[in-house]
Amino acid sequence: MVREIVVNPVTRIEGHAKITIHLNDDGSVREARFHVTDFRGFEKFCEGRPFYEMPSITSRICGICPVSHLLASAKACDDLVAVETPRTAVLLRRLMHMGQIIQSHALSFFYLSSPDFLLGMDSDPSRRNILGLAEKYPEIAKQGVWLRKFGQSIIENLAGKRIHSSDWIVPGGVKTPLSKEKADAILSEIPRAVEIALNAVSLFNKTLESFRGDIENFGDFPSYYMGLVTRDGGLEHYDGRIRIMSPDGKIVEDQLDPSKYFEYIGEAVEDWSYMKFPYYKSAGYPGGAYRVGPLARLNISSRCGTRLADDLLKDFKKLGGNGVVQNTFMYHYARLIEIVYCVEKTEEILRDPEVLDANVQAKASLNKREGTGVIEAPRGTLIHHYRVDEQGRISWVNLIIATVNNNLAFNKAVTQVAKKYVHGRSLSEGMLNRVEAVVRALDPCLSCATHAIGEMPLKILLYDSENNLVDEVRRS
Amino acid sequence: MAKVRLATVWLSGCSGCHMSFLDQDEKILELAEKIELIYSPIADVKDFPENVDITLVEGAVGNEEQLELLKKIRRNTRILVALGDCAVNGNVTALRNILRNGDEEVLKRAYVENASINQTVPKKVPRLLKRVLALNEVVKVDAYVPGCPPSAVLINQVLNELLEGKTPVLEGRFKYG
Ligand code: SF4
Repeated sequence: MVREIVVNPVTRIEGHAKITIHLNDDGSVREARFHVTDFRGFEKFCEGRPFYEMPSITSRICGICPVSHLLASAKACDDLVAVETPRTAVLLRRLMHMGQIIQSHALSFFYLSSPDFLLGMDSDPSRRNILGLAEKYPEIAKQGVWLRKFGQSIIENLAGKRIHSSDWIVPGGVKTPLSKEKADAILSEIPRAVEIALNAVSLFNKTLESFRGDIENFGDFPSYYMGLVTRDGGLEHYDGRIRIMSPDGKIVEDQLDPSKYFEYIGEAVEDWSYMKFPYYKSAGYPGGAYRVGPLARLNISSRCGTRLADDLLKDFKKLGGNGVVQNTFMYHYARLIEIVYCVEKTEEILRDPEVLDANVQAKASLNKREGTGVIEAPRGTLIHHYRVDEQGRISWVNLIIATVNNNLAFNKAVTQVAKKYVHGRSLSEGMLNRVEAVVRALDPCLSCATHAIGEMPLKILLYDSENNLVDEVRRS
Repeated sequence: MAKVRLATVWLSGCSGCHMSFLDQDEKILELAEKIELIYSPIADVKDFPENVDITLVEGAVGNEEQLELLKKIRRNTRILVALGDCAVNGNVTALRNILRNGDEEVLKRAYVENASINQTVPKKVPRLLKRVLALNEVVKVDAYVPGCPPSAVLINQVLNELLEGKTPVLEGRFKYG
């Protein structure tokens, strides 16, 4: 039997990707692949630009999490000018980061994934989107829209613009301080944000029950986990050091210097995807597959450091053996806990006596020839690494994008779901959507992953045991 | 009254224009009364449909697949809108056009020089075009909405004008970048 299944494009993800499913002789699934199909080449065309343009250019890698690129890039530039950024500037950058994680997670949960949970995996695909949700569950849709708006408005209050507010973040700090008025405006919305975030957690807990059968096969597999943690092993998004956890929950690396990432992360290429395959070097390729992002961060962190999120983290840890939660479905849960954390953290930062200080930028010119900036983007560890010539023109760039870190995990997760739901010729729309749903849980930012390092349209192709492409499934 | 059939498409761009579209916030839910979102990265239909009233296109044309898709969009769409600077003039996506062999060079850097295993340029993927193209280098464009991204307010005004059957006049209402 010869078959190939194609789902193209994968929808309700942030980018372009396709999925191919490869069959054995007997028609059972051998392997599924997640392909990324576009590429823009930032690593090359940035060469020759002055280093201080980098935040502005690289934020255009992604419109969903432009702030992540802004921050990673600005930190790499801070490194190049080698100055100490004023504490207030760090607070404001962190605040902007919280806003962005809230909006990005809200987008992932409410706009992209909740139609699956609330309308059902087998519901009419032409209605299975945020507008369909608004018709059936207007209150939930409104809350999701509000929460994303809350995150975006933090960014707007700081920088004057929601997307590509790129001239506000500068090497050595930020351009303008925060006014009391704007700080109060954000603070006044905190209670509603907390309420909506906690509602989303209980909504998710309720849907967990009805998806029991699906969840068991929803990318439940062991892998390494990587992310930044604070000095004492707590949750961290802006600074910190790298921790790596093994599939059985042991901390195998801790407090690694993020700027030395190339010592412990390798990057492999496969000829069927524009997305590269990073791996943990000590465990080899592909055995060193690791996951990043909300699930990884909560796995590796011993605490969040805020009251409500810490309570939720305790319950979360109970979901996995050895305290490691391996199921990809739980990315959603982890994401919601992080929203709660970010809202609490937003309040904490805004109540800091120094947040309104006017000293927000340390000025300096180029002092080093190489700089690295690493942060935890909504989707995981993001690395910007630059070299410059004596005049400060970029001579070399390497970017490791959060979503790309999860590439091996995408393939494993998709394979597991396909094995359960794809049986020979009986392909149903609901099956296709389940395969896509696991991709949505990992929340790939294909804009990042594919436009910086390749782009991913998703489609499902079915291959026979001799690797002949035999069928392509699309819905229309 | 039948709802207006709206499609939104993402070519080689960063999705920022789509995010700005979503930044209409509650107004999106209001729009839902007048439009049907028949094709979009945030909806589930896989093939670009026929008889589309308005298509908003984000991004420039970077690879062969996008080139074909854009031609199909034009055939099937009454009003084609270039949404954002990448679609209007290439913008950041077209920065690679500065390089002599931009398509080959960007791939070599990422997949050969900056890779540690299997240093090869991926082949079983849509081929990059020699040069990144703005939409109007490929098809006729009916309206341009510049900005990187265009603001949500501007997108909302333009949509409402199009829904009323007017041609949006953008003079003095936008800025580049
Ligand atoms: S115009 Fe700007 S916001 Fe829109 S896709 Fe291009 S880079 Fe992104």
